Amino acid sequence: MTCAHPRERLTTVVVIGAGQAGLACSYYLSRFGVDHVVLERGEVANSWRHERWDSLRLLTPNWQNGLPGQAYQGDDPDGFMDMRGVIDLITSYGRHHQAPVQVHTRVTGVAPAPGGYRVCTDRGNWRCVSIIVASGAFNLPSIPALAHELPASVAQFSSHDYRNPGQLPGGDVLVVGAAASGVQIADEIQRSGHPVTLAVGEHVRMPRTYRGRDIQYWLQATGLLDENWRQLEDLSRARRLPSPQLLGSPERREADLNRLQQQGVRLAGRLAGIHAGKLQFSGGLANVTRLADLKLGRLLDGIDSWIEVNTPQVAPVRRPASIQLDNLAGLGLPLGKGGIQTVIWATGYRPDYSWLELPIFDRRGMPQHEGGVSAMPGVYFMGLPFMRRRRSSFICGAGDDARDICHHLLAYIGRPVDWYWCRRSA
Amino acid sequence: MNMYNRIVDNGVNVEALIGAREALTEAPAGARFQWRATCHWVNGTHTRSEVEQFSGLGEEHCHRRNFRFDADHPEIFAAEDNGATPAEYVLVGLASCLTAGVASVAQHRNIQLHSVKASVCGDMDIQGILGIDPQVRNGYQGIKVTFDIDADATREEIEAVVAQSQKRSAVFDMVTNPTMVEVEVRS
Repeated sequence: MTCAHPRERLTTVVVIGAGQAGLACSYYLSRFGVDHVVLERGEVANSWRHERWDSLRLLTPNWQNGLPGQAYQGDDPDGFMDMRGVIDLITSYGRHHQAPVQVHTRVTGVAPAPGGYRVCTDRGNWRCVSIIVASGAFNLPSIPALAHELPASVAQFSSHDYRNPGQLPGGDVLVVGAAASGVQIADEIQRSGHPVTLAVGEHVRMPRTYRGRDIQYWLQATGLLDENWRQLEDLSRARRLPSPQLLGSPERREADLNRLQQQGVRLAGRLAGIHAGKLQFSGGLANVTRLADLKLGRLLDGIDSWIEVNTPQVAPVRRPASIQLDNLAGLGLPLGKGGIQTVIWATGYRPDYSWLELPIFDRRGMPQHEGGVSAMPGVYFMGLPFMRRRRSSFICGAGDDARDICHHLLAYIGRPVDWYWCRRSA
Repeated sequence: MNMYNRIVDNGVNVEALIGAREALTEAPAGARFQWRATCHWVNGTHTRSEVEQFSGLGEEHCHRRNFRFDADHPEIFAAEDNGATPAEYVLVGLASCLTAGVASVAQHRNIQLHSVKASVCGDMDIQGILGIDPQVRNGYQGIKVTFDIDADATREEIEAVVAQSQKRSAVFDMVTNPTMVEVEVRS
């Protein structure tokens, strides 16, 4: 690590990243009177501004997108916010709470230093006692090695650099991955007139609306979103789970595989290989759709029994039909002219910690932490999937996680939480 | 019914499997196994294969004994029918892998099995292997597996066990996904 600027500014906590996670931490740090700075490589809500496609809307309804000290106040609580709305939400949140954000400041390295850490940036260095890494869990597209085997004549996009169907050359499109990004992009491109094939691996099926309410309402009401990371039998699996097949649209459209097939999207199994100018797909598609149907059945069983006890007067049980595979692409598709001419990798994201050389990652480069608390004293993560609760990586999950992390941080820097509560009421 | 006092025994040592999973998460090199078979030509299309050694957990292992498998083709193929066809061995591999998976997953989920039968059919158009029509593939056009399971569980629970068994099956993966195969001749 090289630190270009020897003169260091001092603060107690450096928060890295000014998205919802970093700003929620800043909210609590300010409230507890802890001196801190929020460093942001670009602008506030940078990923939302520059790394998402045009038509994307949040998967959670507006009423759910509260941040600490700021509930949703608009006039469309059941709508789904577009990216403009999300950027406004987060920017005005930071402004309203006067978060000490320093924008256009890229962190280039972090190193232990006497009494804490040194944080080096392209605009000067900081010395601090504690660090909160809130730089996001979805920085880089996670693209399989297979992508290198595609001929140059085939256009490739990731869900990171895809913006709209107007970017695509003519011809057939393969969307790889059937999590939220994949089904939304497949839906949009098929509507634009390109024939789309969707390669489907393991996925999570979820209806937009169930028993007269948005599914997120039930996930929240039944306590599923608040499920604690310590209660989970297989936490690492829960953290790797793909995002559910949901779409946020004003018409509350469903985005399940039955609906996509009716629209004309052809389904294939997981993309398994490329051989002799042909894409090869897994023959195990029926099992992944069956697994997703069975899992959805168990989720809805849980919601139904909760309803029976708590609000039996809602709309009757009407289960979504199980997935029928009747518009299939088969096991192989030719590439290039007359075949697939564009491939879109909607195969997930991973965080980028290339700037963070601390021994707090596993051998795959993923953060090692106990509910956001790393093994390095005073170094915390924020905004990771299922970090402390199921909603951790949602906008509405930032608040509770930030409060927990800040409580831990206060104890670490030797200022018990109680002291702040006493002082506040004094 | 008290789910927690029920003693389920499908003869699968789940604790050992979970222990192995934890140990190999820490030491992934040990998870690399190699399975081997040798096959000798006997006469005509009759072959005899042997399976004895394999490697894994960082060392060589032997089965408790040498296993032998005769393969041949039926008399309508102008052969002597000294054993199942190689294509049928693939069905045997798939069915036994899935069935073993059902037993393991059921044990893990505390489901007592009473009987499990997998019936496997593979449809093959032999115009492919006879070179009559290049459009027809040599291998199976499709394979169908039907399970008959008697167990102390609901239909959904049994279906979930079968689905999970496919998800974790080595042979299901080999049959449904392409595998690089390298064949060489030693001089």
